[in-house]
Amino acid sequence: MRSACSFLLLFLLAGCSPNQDPEVLTLGGPFEFTSQEPSRDGYLYTRLQVAETLLEVDEQGRLQPGLAERWETSEDGLVWRLYLRDGVRFHDGTALDAQVALAALRVARSKPGVIRAAPIEELRSEDRLTLAVRLSRPYSPLGAVLAHYTTAMLAPASYRADGNVGWMQGTGPYRLEDFDPPHRLGVARFEDYWGTPARIPRVVYLTGHRAESRALQVMAGQTDIIYTLDPASVDLLRRQPDVQVHSNPIPRTIQIKLNASHPFLAPLQARQALSLVLDRTAIARHVMRVPGSEANQLIPPGLAAWRLEQLPAARRDLPRARALLAGLGWEPGADGVLQRDGQRFALSMITYADRPELFVVATAIQAQMREAGITLDVSVVNSSGIVSGHHDGTLQLALVARNYGNIADPLGLLDADYGDGGNGDWGAMGWHNEELPALLRRLEAERDPLRYRAGAQRIAGLLSEQLPVIPVLYYTQQTAVSSRIQGFVFDPYERNYHLSRMSFQP
Amino acid sequence: MMTLVAKRLLQAALMIWSIGTLSYVLMRLLPGDMAFRIAAGRYGYDNVNLAASEAVRAELGLDRPAWQQYLAWLADLVRFDLGDSLVSGLPVAHEVSHLVLHTLQLAVAAFACAVLLALPVGLFAAFRAGGWFDRCSLVASAFLRAQPVFVIGLALVLLFSLHLKLFPVAGFNGSKYLVLPAVSLALVMAAVSSRVIRHSAVGVIRSAFFDFSRVKGLSFAQSFWRHGVRNAALPVVAFLGIQFAGAIEGIVMIESLFSWPGVGHGLAHAVFNRDVPMIQAAAMALGLIFVGLNLLVDIACYLIDPRERTEP
Repeated sequence: MRSACSFLLLFLLAGCSPNQDPEVLTLGGPFEFTSQEPSRDGYLYTRLQVAETLLEVDEQGRLQPGLAERWETSEDGLVWRLYLRDGVRFHDGTALDAQVALAALRVARSKPGVIRAAPIEELRSEDRLTLAVRLSRPYSPLGAVLAHYTTAMLAPASYRADGNVGWMQGTGPYRLEDFDPPHRLGVARFEDYWGTPARIPRVVYLTGHRAESRALQVMAGQTDIIYTLDPASVDLLRRQPDVQVHSNPIPRTIQIKLNASHPFLAPLQARQALSLVLDRTAIARHVMRVPGSEANQLIPPGLAAWRLEQLPAARRDLPRARALLAGLGWEPGADGVLQRDGQRFALSMITYADRPELFVVATAIQAQMREAGITLDVSVVNSSGIVSGHHDGTLQLALVARNYGNIADPLGLLDADYGDGGNGDWGAMGWHNEELPALLRRLEAERDPLRYRAGAQRIAGLLSEQLPVIPVLYYTQQTAVSSRIQGFVFDPYERNYHLSRMSFQP
Repeated sequence: MMTLVAKRLLQAALMIWSIGTLSYVLMRLLPGDMAFRIAAGRYGYDNVNLAASEAVRAELGLDRPAWQQYLAWLADLVRFDLGDSLVSGLPVAHEVSHLVLHTLQLAVAAFACAVLLALPVGLFAAFRAGGWFDRCSLVASAFLRAQPVFVIGLALVLLFSLHLKLFPVAGFNGSKYLVLPAVSLALVMAAVSSRVIRHSAVGVIRSAFFDFSRVKGLSFAQSFWRHGVRNAALPVVAFLGIQFAGAIEGIVMIESLFSWPGVGHGLAHAVFNRDVPMIQAAAMALGLIFVGLNLLVDIACYLIDPRERTEP
């Protein structure tokens, strides 16, 4: 018995070491990673500042110098010249020059990613530090593409013979030290960094699958920063004395993708009615717990040029919705469900589990639609089910979260979502509009900011009038930060966690 | 003994082929286009589109007939090559061994804790069968078994991580990260095994041969040590073997609660992403562990029970 007691004591004492290492910053989030490939999990490596891109983006989405200290475009917009910083070294000691940058861009082009959409005709180095990109037509989002994580600059030694990354050698203030997919990644300060070196020597990222585990980690003082908190944990964490919760809007919108060629959804009035049925305020307040995040248009605040400032707030108006549907011949049946020519207003809505709030919002929408006599059958599928449903035509409604800041210039994303005759894998479906793709094409070549804004406003107006996709809510990123961290900053584009600027309280 | 081992080896080879084939067929039967699924797993939900899935289809040759892909897998298997993960592109053998090692680490620690807990509790309850300790342990074990393991884990986190700040909430970076997940699992395992031990020991204590040894003049302790332990151990060892196997496959909830990189979690994600080589390898690894465990249980029973050795 005595030996059992001493064993237990030893066991407990072994755990008594402090939960936090004074040398190591720990952070957690829900993202799992499986590789070191920029095309797959590159976002994690730019966030942890292992890899860097030629250009950077500031909080307003404006291009900033990155590994290229300046850049220029030719008069006709067909040639971009990037002047690389001198003295940049990769973590393996190799110097960054135009040849190395060229090789990294060529690898990026050989894999799926945003750079494939860019009309690049030729990549060439003009001298040791000058890189030229020749386009077949002017393409203004190229700068944003070169700031995207899929085009991060890696040393030639990073790639294996098959072109996949074996061990990432980036240029950032932190170098990769431990790689334990899918859960833990450790980085250590890179002493030869070209810019201001990091203050905290080491950083560990840990995937936390369950939102409650993540919240408890920061409450217990085990983890310094937790990204992506669930709504329920936010209230709890706000009451903790040594934790601060930061709420930052991010350019991501929850929206309803719909098949506009479906007989029920083809008339504009039907789509307008669906939008009027939504009680966005209730969802914002009770599901997401972020009052004021109701979306009255698709493109989120923060992308000012694309926003219709005069548009009134989206409010629920059941009587008007009913009137619009009655105008289309829909009348309530005996069970309250709308009927027309013997058909019930019954549709299916799919969503995916990668973002846990989506199916809660979907069921809230299901209940709200039921009040208007529309039955929705909600099912959760794999995220690829949205794209395959779009292409095989089986999709009716889908609740999706779209990141308009995936590429810092929303033009690239809008082109993917509406460029195909008004349609796209994650955007409109069965909608026919030639004006919008033509406008997008024109804006890609537009260099005058005023004309660019006018075109952007027209596109926002078209999407808002025609409702090929119904906006629901804007996202707010909730981050819990331990009080021992100084200098926390949040990048709304989530490209960079700016860890190198953070330090511990003395 | 050698026949026993040879029989198990043959079983293992058959099992590898059948599990691999079955998981291949099942994955083919699941609805949804594999190329889309793999593209979503690789590039994330923000970047999955038709172009990415077509690139995946071309790269992996998914438009080849199913039987050709199956034969290619079988040929690789004969060369002990499990292939690369369709999602991460890394060798499956490396990925699965990483996951299996972590799962085994957790399962062994939990198993050891469970045995340390269940043996004294079960034996003491058996020695005082029907007494207050026996009844209390029955209530406690019923209560613990009725809880989802996830709830026990959360309760331990609240107590030991949040209030006492003794152990980390989640992660894996040294022995202190192992304590809470292992203890949560051990509590659930011990809840059942302590009752099995108790019943088995009570059966022995109430048997005629035990009474005879007491009549012979041996003390209770001597009788139990000489005649009780071996007899009581047989069903317990068999049960613990099954329980250990159950622990390995059934700890997905604990793995995800504590962010533990185990094979259960890895297998679940591989199914979501249609990562067939990962599924095959993980299922095979689990199958091999089962066969290995069965072998160990057989050998243990063989050593414990002299009848096995004398019978032809």
